[in-house]
Amino acid sequence: MAERSFKAEVEHLRKGDGDVFTGEGILAITKALLENGVGYVGGYQGAPISHLMDVLADAEELMAELGVRFEANASEAAAAAMLAASVHYPIRGAVTFKGPVGVNVASDALANLSSSGVNGGALVIVGEDYGEGSSIMQERSHAFAMKSQFWMLDPRPNLPSITKAVKDSFELSEASNTPVMLMVRIRSCHVTGSFATKDNVAPPLTVKQAIANPQSDFNRVVLPPMSYMHEQDKIKNRWPAAERFIVENQLNEHFGPKNAKIGIVVQGGMYNGLIRALQRLGLADLFGRTEVPIYCLNVTYPLIRDEFDAFCEGKDHILVVEEGQPEHIEQHLGSFLYKAGRRLKLYGKDVLPMAGEYTGQVLLDGVTGFLKAAAPDMLPGKVRAPNAEEPKIPDLSKTVPIRPPGFCTGCPERPIFAGMKLVEQELGKHQITGDIGCHLFGSLPPFEIGGATMGYGLGPASNAAFDGGGERRAISMLGDGGFWHNGLSSSIGNMVFNKSDNVAVIVDNYYSAATGGQDVLSSRAHNDTKATNNPISAALKGVGVEWIRQIDHTYDVGKVRDTLREALTTDFKGPKVIVASSECMLNKQRREKPIRNKAIKDGRRVDVPRFGVDSDVCTGDHACIRLSGCPSLSLKRLDDPLRDDPIAHIDQTCVGCGNCGEVADAAVLCPSFYRADVVHNPGRFETWRAGLRNRVISWLQTRRDAKRLRLTGAPT
Amino acid sequence: MNLVLPQKTPDARVGEIIKLAVMAVGGQGGGVLTGWIEALARSQGYVCQATSVAGVAQRTGATIYYVEMAKKGELEPVFALAPAGGDVDVLIAAEMMEVGRAVMRGFVTPDRTTLIGSTHRALAVSEKMAPGDGIADADEVRAAAEMASQKLILADMDGLAVAQGSVISSSLFGALAGSGALPFPRDAFEDAIRASGKGVDASLRAFAAGYDAAQSSAEEPVAPETLPAPELTGPDRELARWKTLQGRADSLPEPVRELAGNGLMKVVDFQDCGYGEAYLDQLDRIVARDSAEHDWLLSVTAAKYIANAMAYDDIIRVADLKTRAPRMARIHAEMGAKNGQLVELTEFFHPRAEEIVSLLPAGMGARWEANPKRMALMDRLFNKGRRLRTHSLRSFLMLHFLGGLKGYRLKTRRHQVENAHLQQWLEDSLKPLDDDYALSVELLRNRRLIKGYSDTHARGLTKFATVMNAADLLHGRKDAAEWMGRLREAALQDPDGKVLEGAIQTVRSFV
Repeated sequence: MAERSFKAEVEHLRKGDGDVFTGEGILAITKALLENGVGYVGGYQGAPISHLMDVLADAEELMAELGVRFEANASEAAAAAMLAASVHYPIRGAVTFKGPVGVNVASDALANLSSSGVNGGALVIVGEDYGEGSSIMQERSHAFAMKSQFWMLDPRPNLPSITKAVKDSFELSEASNTPVMLMVRIRSCHVTGSFATKDNVAPPLTVKQAIANPQSDFNRVVLPPMSYMHEQDKIKNRWPAAERFIVENQLNEHFGPKNAKIGIVVQGGMYNGLIRALQRLGLADLFGRTEVPIYCLNVTYPLIRDEFDAFCEGKDHILVVEEGQPEHIEQHLGSFLYKAGRRLKLYGKDVLPMAGEYTGQVLLDGVTGFLKAAAPDMLPGKVRAPNAEEPKIPDLSKTVPIRPPGFCTGCPERPIFAGMKLVEQELGKHQITGDIGCHLFGSLPPFEIGGATMGYGLGPASNAAFDGGGERRAISMLGDGGFWHNGLSSSIGNMVFNKSDNVAVIVDNYYSAATGGQDVLSSRAHNDTKATNNPISAALKGVGVEWIRQIDHTYDVGKVRDTLREALTTDFKGPKVIVASSECMLNKQRREKPIRNKAIKDGRRVDVPRFGVDSDVCTGDHACIRLSGCPSLSLKRLDDPLRDDPIAHIDQTCVGCGNCGEVADAAVLCPSFYRADVVHNPGRFETWRAGLRNRVISWLQTRRDAKRLRLTGAPT
Repeated sequence: MNLVLPQKTPDARVGEIIKLAVMAVGGQGGGVLTGWIEALARSQGYVCQATSVAGVAQRTGATIYYVEMAKKGELEPVFALAPAGGDVDVLIAAEMMEVGRAVMRGFVTPDRTTLIGSTHRALAVSEKMAPGDGIADADEVRAAAEMASQKLILADMDGLAVAQGSVISSSLFGALAGSGALPFPRDAFEDAIRASGKGVDASLRAFAAGYDAAQSSAEEPVAPETLPAPELTGPDRELARWKTLQGRADSLPEPVRELAGNGLMKVVDFQDCGYGEAYLDQLDRIVARDSAEHDWLLSVTAAKYIANAMAYDDIIRVADLKTRAPRMARIHAEMGAKNGQLVELTEFFHPRAEEIVSLLPAGMGARWEANPKRMALMDRLFNKGRRLRTHSLRSFLMLHFLGGLKGYRLKTRRHQVENAHLQQWLEDSLKPLDDDYALSVELLRNRRLIKGYSDTHARGLTKFATVMNAADLLHGRKDAAEWMGRLREAALQDPDGKVLEGAIQTVRSFV
């Protein structure tokens, strides 16, 4: 079960000729796939295209009606490999994953696919995780297209353009026997808008029909001498065919006047940003009609020399707007110009920065810089000679704290890191590697446990240099998502085979949680179309791990601490793996809250726990927070002139996970925490007993109060 | 062919695009708010585009939603996908530091931006972690927001929503309607909420609260928490003794009176009137050496910290506080327990040998503490987490009994240790009084470093000792008091005292 359900939205995918679809980019892409007769779809989740996988999963029923196969692939490599079906069979296939990290993982399959060439349209939809909101290293997927020679589309970020790009991609792929990558940026995936829909089209040949009639052709196999022929085929046939198709179907667009001394070449995905800069300079109207000629590259690879040459005709200054680096497009266009012997001036990553996201301000500055040099008369007066003084606003950079992502309220991973921190206090600092997933937040304050990883499922592999052992064992983290993605072989298998003496902690939260709660093999939920409930510990045994400890309740901080201590100090030689399992709280709440509310409504007994802090017992040292960082455990200032520091406070968003009490106990913190269980619809006996207790208790309290002075009305 | 392109008059319709950004903390429901705004705009004949970022970067971190809208025209407008500095008409910030972040990033400018912010705080981890007070200064953000915005609406939107049983997205949507920043009638906003179909009634109530907050233009008066003034109650005989003590406190110099009164109540609540007398005796000795020349600052400081030192956190105090009647009532209210519902309590205690032995009679306790074998035995017997279900009689009686040991408290080892520490601290603090009054005040203030339980308490004592010892290094310098204050602030910045260590190194370098 994914974090976000698209069940309601998926109904819109049934729209047909004459209808209008209004919604998010990812849904539009799905709709376009169905309109274009796709035969199979798959992929691997990851921002920003996680929701595309969720939409596909939720649309499985609709797709089944059309004869479209949906596969939730085990990794990006598996997804790209699935496109092999389009090598021999004239079936359109589409897979999706994030870029560039997903493309890294998929690159082996993509290279083979590109060498073999395809018969059916093969489409890779890549969510390029670059710029604000990105969770990965800042690189480009573009280089993969260049090295393997598949084509790359980067459409303008509006729904009609994106859905048209899906259609164009399939057709381009088939016209040139080459896979095509359709790139959508972070905000394009979730951009909303409308487009005119068409009827869905069932694939002319379904995968079921295809398998009834198997085909093979050794000319497609990447082995010598065929592989040499593939290379020649790419250059001599597929590339020219692609260029022809791109030109004939006008996949790239021109805007603005034909004749001018200046012009701008822009990646399709950056078009809106560029237009906004021109709008702000008074050089484009609301609808993007502009006085500056624009050559919009909806296809960023290959670049079409003839089109570019024609665009440059009569121009003295050209600006290339290309986000990310290296500046592949600018270099390529520069070489076109040089070889053609042209003398026009090429601007790009000089007026614009080489690195970093091209935000509104960056583009405004860059375009202004270009125009100042190339056509200063076009600039509005206030840009040429600014006279209005900017107001001086106080610098808040020292005041406003950074707010990186962190563990959610009640996260089951928090107590694991609390336990690890306690072990660290006992045994000293250890070499630790992290992995990709929510658990990487453990490397941030307040825990600061763990370090870099070299990739998804590669946490333990990143510690391989230390497998030989030493005075202190190395620890590595691995999530359940990473474990099944790649970790089982690359990390755990590697440890077993090399007789590693180190420790791996597998954080099992029942989902691929960081990407939005998709199911994985070891998920505990029943899933109609996927095989879940395959325990990680069974897989570990299967690959030869002998020392396995299963923790079924990660909130038991003491147990986590003791188990980890045991793993670090035991005489056992060989890999030691701790599987720490508890359900992702975000998903658990989403699952259980409605059930609980209904039970309360139906008059059944329900026990709702929440934690609290006795403010007169708390001394405001914040030791509990340094072992938690939970959003619901915060501070409040008391209206008490005798106190200096704010004290701990738990707000009503607490889900009663138990971490606070466990940490207070395991770390011997302080007795100010309490858990209050509110019992809804208590039984008769319970109520009677509670009444009796209360009478005794209040008699005792009254008796004592009659003998002493006590403070009332004090801030508590 | 033109040599140079003519300069164009800017398209007026470009200026009519409404650009709205929502800066929120992941999990605040920014997506819901964005969805409402979009639905609203479309229902009013506008073309609208929204963007957001999903994924792991959003988990409890800062995130931005962005909306652009324009009146429907002959073609599709070209909208930007992210906000640009200096080009935002409406900025909604769902938390006070996000207000600051919006200003910092240049999304709020005096020529155009209506800033709608919630003044409540969701503290960042870095603010909560410091052993001292690391909470960011909201007043600075407020001042900057006032300068940066064209129109400013600040209110506790979270509080308004929670009071209506809803979430902040509803009250912010109400404030957006109330701000008049969008050219749509109130009904249209409310229809957008109704159309979404979930928790509509609560959302509409919170919407109305947000709307009113925005309309009342003036910022919501900072509601002074109407807590009743603290007072002592009890049997008449004791109250008569208390009156005498109060009389003594009231005869202190005027500036000292208030804190002395608070301190006196605290120690009497901790123990009894006799203990209150001891407190006043201690204070009198300080007052006798103080004068109006320094506004009695030394005495004021002493009044505060002597009370804190005398009301130390021992098992007896904790047990007493945990078994008082008002506590139960407070927890019931905080947990929102209604009639017919039961509240069951679990307390988390983890006594160690140190705590148990500190309860012994002073002489015996001292002997046992000095005997590692005996301490190890005590640890084996007692050192484990104890969860006490204080709604049940067994646990309650145990704590009630412990809380009733006040008559014996002054004979315990703990009291002996605390009292000795108190005397030493006062003596050390007053040592430089004759030639450096300010340094003495700072030394008294160092008492702030002692807090927490077990290890945290031990670390606090170590830091306290380190800072106090620095007095010898500093004494005689003109800026000794300033440096003493700096050292204390350094000690409060991290738990392990690394910053303090650095500061001490600096001090050593110049003395």
